[in-house]
Amino acid sequence: MATVELRFSALPEHVRTARLVAAAVARRAGVDEAVLDEVRLAVGEACSRAVGLHESHGITAPVRVVLVEDEKTFSIEVGDEVPGSGGAAAGGETEGAGESDAEGEDEMGLAVISGLVDDVEVSAGENGGRIRMSWPAHPAPVLP
Amino acid sequence: MDLSLSTRTVGDRTVVEVGGEIDVYTAPKLREQLVELVNDGSYHLVVDMERVDFLDSTGLGVLVGGLKRVRAHEGSLRLVCNQERILKIFRITGLTKVFPIHTSVDEAVAATD
Repeated sequence: MATVELRFSALPEHVRTARLVAAAVARRAGVDEAVLDEVRLAVGEACSRAVGLHESHGITAPVRVVLVEDEKTFSIEVGDEVPGSGGAAAGGETEGAGESDAEGEDEMGLAVISGLVDDVEVSAGENGGRIRMSWPAHPAPVLP
Repeated sequence: MDLSLSTRTVGDRTVVEVGGEIDVYTAPKLREQLVELVNDGSYHLVVDMERVDFLDSTGLGVLVGGLKRVRAHEGSLRLVCNQERILKIFRITGLTKVFPIHTSVDEAVAATD
């Protein structure tokens, strides 16, 4: 089960909220302070991308962020509801070729994520795309 | 924290001081500012990022767009940044090769090459 799950309307002003929540949960999960900036940036990039995809495809559904704290890892999954969007990220889709600016920014976002995060998976499905990222975590021992 | 922008002129350079967070929500404001400066004939820009807390790829896109605009007028766009967390984003995207990055506004204003 997710430690924290967040759904927000696909609007740019909410991406900051997602960053703040992700950083707070990551800190609690025991992710190194030095890595928190990376978590913040990576989740921001993934959410910005999802917001852009929802906006450009006229999708009113919210963007979904799932933060999971495991024993040794902290993972974040950002899901959009644009069918095949993950595949587009991997270099498939030609439909949006005319929107060079948006497409370019989308690719730059993914470039930043893959440069920042060692463990990242981008996938696409009929119900939408998904970016899953994880970082090592060392939860503080529970005090008696 | 929102984005703050202020501009001042130093010789033939225009210094744009940026503060706060440059992300998908605030980047359009920075874009507007840069476009307005270029439209008003300021082609040598120094973007001071010392008070920027956060920068993402949308912000990078705006800076690249600004560079493209000033270059169309044989101008320049220099950055001032000493913050490791911000510099890292330029490094992983290879943009350190695209932007001259200076350690102080004085240095950026004095640079000529």
